[in-house]
Amino acid sequence: MSFVTSLGRLVRTTAFKLIAAYLLVFAVFAGSLIGYLGWHTQRLVTRQASESIQADTDFMKSQFERGGISRLVQVVNRRSRAPDAGLLLLTSFNGEPLAGNVLNLPLNFLSQEGWQEIDYLRSDDAVRPPSRALVHVIYLPGEFRLLIGRDIVEREELRKIIIGPVVWGLALLVVLGVAGGIFVTRRVLKRIDQMTATSESIMAGNLSGRLSVAGTGDEFDRLALSLNAMLERIEALMIGLKQVSDNIAHDLKTPLTRLRNRAEDALRTARTEDDWRAATEQTIDESDGLIRTFDALLMIARVEAGQGQSAMRPVDLAETATGVAELYEPLADEQGLDLDVAIDGPLMVRGVRELLGQALSNLVDNAIKYGAPDMPGERGRIVIAASREGDTVRLAVADGGAGIPPEERARVLQRFVRLEKSRTQPGSGLGLSLVAAVVQLHGGSIRLEDNGPGLRVSIELPAELEVADPGATSPDDAAL
Amino acid sequence: MPYIMSQPTSAADSLRPPVRPADVADVSTGSGPSAEDFTMRLLIVEDDRSAADYLRKAFREAGHIVDIAGDGEEGLALALDGGYDVLVVDRMLPRRDGLSLITELRGRGDATPVLILSALGQVDDRVTGLRAGGDDYLPKPYAFSELLARVEALARRGGPQAADTVYRVANLELDRLAHRVTRAGQEIVLQPREFRLLEYLMRHAGQVVTRTMLLENVWDYHFDPQTNVIDVHVSRLRSKIDKGFDPPLLHTVRGAGYVVRDIAR
Repeated sequence: MSFVTSLGRLVRTTAFKLIAAYLLVFAVFAGSLIGYLGWHTQRLVTRQASESIQADTDFMKSQFERGGISRLVQVVNRRSRAPDAGLLLLTSFNGEPLAGNVLNLPLNFLSQEGWQEIDYLRSDDAVRPPSRALVHVIYLPGEFRLLIGRDIVEREELRKIIIGPVVWGLALLVVLGVAGGIFVTRRVLKRIDQMTATSESIMAGNLSGRLSVAGTGDEFDRLALSLNAMLERIEALMIGLKQVSDNIAHDLKTPLTRLRNRAEDALRTARTEDDWRAATEQTIDESDGLIRTFDALLMIARVEAGQGQSAMRPVDLAETATGVAELYEPLADEQGLDLDVAIDGPLMVRGVRELLGQALSNLVDNAIKYGAPDMPGERGRIVIAASREGDTVRLAVADGGAGIPPEERARVLQRFVRLEKSRTQPGSGLGLSLVAAVVQLHGGSIRLEDNGPGLRVSIELPAELEVADPGATSPDDAAL
Repeated sequence: MPYIMSQPTSAADSLRPPVRPADVADVSTGSGPSAEDFTMRLLIVEDDRSAADYLRKAFREAGHIVDIAGDGEEGLALALDGGYDVLVVDRMLPRRDGLSLITELRGRGDATPVLILSALGQVDDRVTGLRAGGDDYLPKPYAFSELLARVEALARRGGPQAADTVYRVANLELDRLAHRVTRAGQEIVLQPREFRLLEYLMRHAGQVVTRTMLLENVWDYHFDPQTNVIDVHVSRLRSKIDKGFDPPLLHTVRGAGYVVRDIAR
C-alpha cells in the first residue's frame, strides 16, 4: 500500500511527468522516422517486383500471340526451370495446371484477374516453408489463365530486420527512461520533502526555521536561499509587529484607563452642572487624544504599506518647508525660539505634499518641544535648512536642545518610543516613526545627528529631475 | 510651556488673551449665537441609525431642519426633490454608495453643496471625494462642532459676500483688491498670511470657523499640525485688529473654533 502511494506520489511529480512526456515524444518521433524508412524501402522492393512481373507479362502475351498455347506452354516450362525464376503457372479454364512451378494454389487465386499478394509453395521444392509473393493473373483467349509472380521474401526479411531492433530499442528506451525518471524524481522529491517539512514547521509557529542549503549551488539551493531571505524578513516583521501591538496595547490602555477613571470619578463626585461639564469636556479631550493616536498609527501603517504612491506628484519641498516654518514661527517665538530658514529653492521632489508637510511639521514640532535651551531667559534657535546636491535634496531640522544620545537614535524612530525626559511632554511617541515611514515611502533616508548641542535630523530625498511649474503645487503663492 | 498640549480645545483657552465671558460663545448647548436667524434644511444620508439619530438631534438643537435617508437610492430621490441647503452624505451606503450618489446628482445639474462623511480619512480618499463633486470632506470620527461649522459654511457658500471686494464687520474693513485693512478708519498692517486669515474669517462673519477649516483654507494643509499653531496665529491677528478697539470682533468659541462677529448688533 505504502509502495503504491509513494509510487503514486512519484508519478504525480513534475519531474516524472516531464520525463514521461519527453520519452513519449522521443519514442513517437523515432518510431515514425523508422516506420517511414521501412515503408519506403518496402514500396521500392514491391515496385521492382511489379515492374519485372509486368515485363514478363508482356513477354508471355507476345509469345502467346505468336505461337498460341503450345508455344506458351513451352516458354513457361523453360522459364520455370531457370534459376531465380519467378512464379509461373498456366492453367486451363477449369484450373488444371498446364505448366509452371507453383503447387498448391487455391483456385480462387485464379478466379479473378489482377494483382494480389499470396502465400505459396513452389513445385520444385516442397520442403521450403510457404513464401510470400506478388502475383499478376491474366486471362488469355481460350479461357487459359496465366499467373506470373515474384517472390517478395526479401521484403519480409527487410521488414523483420527493421522492426525487431526498433521494438526492442524502444522498449529499452522506455525502461531506461522510466528508471532514470524515478531516480531523478526521487532525488527531487527528497529535497522537496525537506522543504515541505521545514515550511510546515514554520507554519506551525517555528518562525526561526530555515530551509537547508546543500551547498551545491543548484537551483534548489538558490530557491532555498531566496526563501530563507524572505523568511528572515517575515520574522523581522513579525517581531516588529508583536512589539508594536504590545506597545499599542500599553500606550492605548493608559489613556483609556485614565478616561474611564475620570468618568467614574465624575459619576461619584460631581455635584453641580459645572462639575459634569468639566468632566465631560475632559472625557472628550481624552478621546480626541486617542483618536489622534489612532490616526497617526493608521497613517504610519498605510505609509509603510506603500499607500499614497498613486498620489505622488512633483512637490516643491522648498515651498512646503517654508510654509511649515511660517506656520510654526509664531509658536516658536512664544517658546523663546528663533526659527531660521535657510532654503535654496525650488527643490522639486516626487511625493505627496500632505505627507511631506506632516513629516516636516512633526520635526519642527519636536524641535519646538525639545529644542529649548536649558538656561532660562536664553533664546534658542531652530534651523530648517534645505538644498539640492546633485540628484539629492537634503533637508535638515536642527535645534539646540538636549539632543538624543547616540545609542538611542535608532530606537526613537520606532513606534511609541519616548525617551524618559520626554515623558512629561504631551505626545504619542509616533511623530518620528511617521517621519521615518514618509521618508522611506519617498525613497529617501533619515539620520539623527548631534548638532552640538541639540539634535539635527537630516533627510535625503531623490530629486525630481524635470522641473515642473512650481505654481501648480503651491496655491498659496497667488495670494502672497 | 503652558500651551503645548495635545488637546486643542483646552489649549486654546490657555493661549487666548483674557476674554470677558460674553465673548465666549458656546455652540455645544445649541443655544449659542451661531444659529442666530439662520435655519438650514439638511438631508443626512447615513445608514447607521444611531449615528443618524444623533446628528438629527444635534442639528435640531442648533436650530436646523433635518431629513434622514437610510440608503443611497432613498438619499438620491430625496435630494432630487430638492429644497435642501446642504447634503451630508456618508461614503459607504447600501444600494448606492455616496460617491455615486453625488456624481448622479451633479450629472442631473443639481449643485446643492455636499459634505462627505467618511471613515476613510486618507489623502487620496479626500481627493477622490472632492473630485466626485463633493464640496467638503470630513473623516470620522469627527466633533459635531466641526461638522456643524463646516455645514454652515457650505450653506452660506456663494452668498453675496463671496463676490464682494470689501468685507465689513462693524468698523473693521478689509479690501480684497487693495489688500488693505482698516479699523475705525486706521490702517492696520498685516502679514500676507494674517491678511488671508482675516479674509477667511470675515467672509464667514457670524459663523464659527474651526481650526481645521483655517488650516485647510488659509494654509491649504490637510494634515494634523500636532500643536495649536493656529491659535498663536489667531491670537497675533487679534492683537492687531482688536487691541485698543471696541467692540471686540474676533471671538474664541470654546470647543469649536473662532468667529468674527459684532456682538453688539
